[in-house]
Amino acid sequence: MTGSAGDGLLVVADSRIHRLPAQVKIVALFVFVLAVVSTPAGVFWAFALYGALLVWCVVLAKLPPLVVMRRLAVETPFVVFALVLPFVATGPRVEVLGVSLSQSGVLGSWNVLAKGTLGVVAAIVLSATTGPRALLAGLERLRLPSTLVAILSFMVRYLSVVSDDLQRMRIARESRGYRGGRAGHLKAIAGGVGALFVRSFERGERVHLAMQSRGYTGRMPLLSESGAARVQWVEGLAISLAAVVIAVTARVVGL
Amino acid sequence: MSGPSIHVERLVFAYPDGRQALFGVDFTIQRGERVALLGPNGAGKTTLVLHLNGILGSVAGGSGSGRIQIGGSDLHREHLPEVRRKVGLVFQDPDDQLFMPTVRDDVAFGPANLGLRGADLEARVHEALVQVGMQDHADVAPHHLSYGQRRRVAVATVLAMRPEVLVLDEPSSNLDPASRRELADILSGLDVTLLMITHDLPYALQLCERSLLMDDGRIVADGSTRDLLGDAHLMSAHRLELPYGFDPLSVPGPER
Repeated sequence: MTGSAGDGLLVVADSRIHRLPAQVKIVALFVFVLAVVSTPAGVFWAFALYGALLVWCVVLAKLPPLVVMRRLAVETPFVVFALVLPFVATGPRVEVLGVSLSQSGVLGSWNVLAKGTLGVVAAIVLSATTGPRALLAGLERLRLPSTLVAILSFMVRYLSVVSDDLQRMRIARESRGYRGGRAGHLKAIAGGVGALFVRSFERGERVHLAMQSRGYTGRMPLLSESGAARVQWVEGLAISLAAVVIAVTARVVGL
Repeated sequence: MSGPSIHVERLVFAYPDGRQALFGVDFTIQRGERVALLGPNGAGKTTLVLHLNGILGSVAGGSGSGRIQIGGSDLHREHLPEVRRKVGLVFQDPDDQLFMPTVRDDVAFGPANLGLRGADLEARVHEALVQVGMQDHADVAPHHLSYGQRRRVAVATVLAMRPEVLVLDEPSSNLDPASRRELADILSGLDVTLLMITHDLPYALQLCERSLLMDDGRIVADGSTRDLLGDAHLMSAHRLELPYGFDPLSVPGPER
């Protein structure tokens, strides 16, 4: 039912991007997003270049375009917000097809859409080429505090266990004839979440016992053994550095 | 190293909420013995077992008195890490025992805490996985395994620490008959002292020549598994029942 949760969003393939160490990819994503966000919204050619870079990435990573499209759905709330902007923003107005729109609203809408989409696609590339374990190892290499890494790793491990618990509780509820409609369901879930919390808390205690039994003294063993080679850093950061160059150029040209 | 694997004397314990769980437990398990710990629910079996590696009891800062010796030396706060290596505890729910992202990481958790690194660690993990026949699943996430496989990996996580005593809490619960038999094959092939909590009486007879019967926080009987299971009066007095049609006198056991 929820068996796929543990693989996260990994698309299994063998590509140059898949083979890069996770820490390189995380830094690359971060730098790329920073470059995109710092670009003024009006410099359209820069966004076209960013888009091209990302498409190249997707091709290089051998990701099916359809999968990328489908995962873009997480962006929907922002899209809705962006589409509303031209109608609600104030300031000078323009007529488009007989509808009066706010000029700054249109630009703001474009800003949200373009930057959001680029960021989401970049994140999709990272998540589709890196397994959850590699991602954790990468964060650990990047010196994320080990407690945070441990919390994330428990989340990866127990998400499916907890969602199975939730599923079982729902089945048990419905098997006993529970029908409360949408609102009633929410109410039942609220109660269920309380029970789930208690269950999870107790499980946490048992897990802690199991950890102590195997000599846990407060330090998790490291997940990763080796760092990334310089070549890998250069290779992984190439696209992000290109994005930085574009961003800087856009700024300079805009002056 | 000398002395019996486990020696427990006058062990008394009460939980912090005041509920007393152990009322003076005494027993000794010699090296290489295979012992089943039987008893109804709430008899204190799991509580007892959690004392053996110092998770509960006075060494852990809790209340209680009595004496526990592992491999001839007293349980002390200073050598808890050593005791936790010697006494390997396999918990009932493998989801509690397997908490790392992959099987390999999980099996490596114990030995890594013992200070093993690199190739040594890798070799130890492989060795433990081979012992339970799971070496081909090292890179799988635990929740992608079947319940029986998870139970076997849980055993491997403890074997990787090369324990002298293996303590299992209901190893056969929730297993289908084939997984149950596979686990029995693995357990009977191990060269360790075994203490096994179980409600599965035929399993106890199959694997353990000796049994301890526990009820209300005390050991009420200690003897050969076959004799205990054959004593209908003793069994019914402590809410133990054999499966329908099972006659402990008619099946082969591990006795030599």
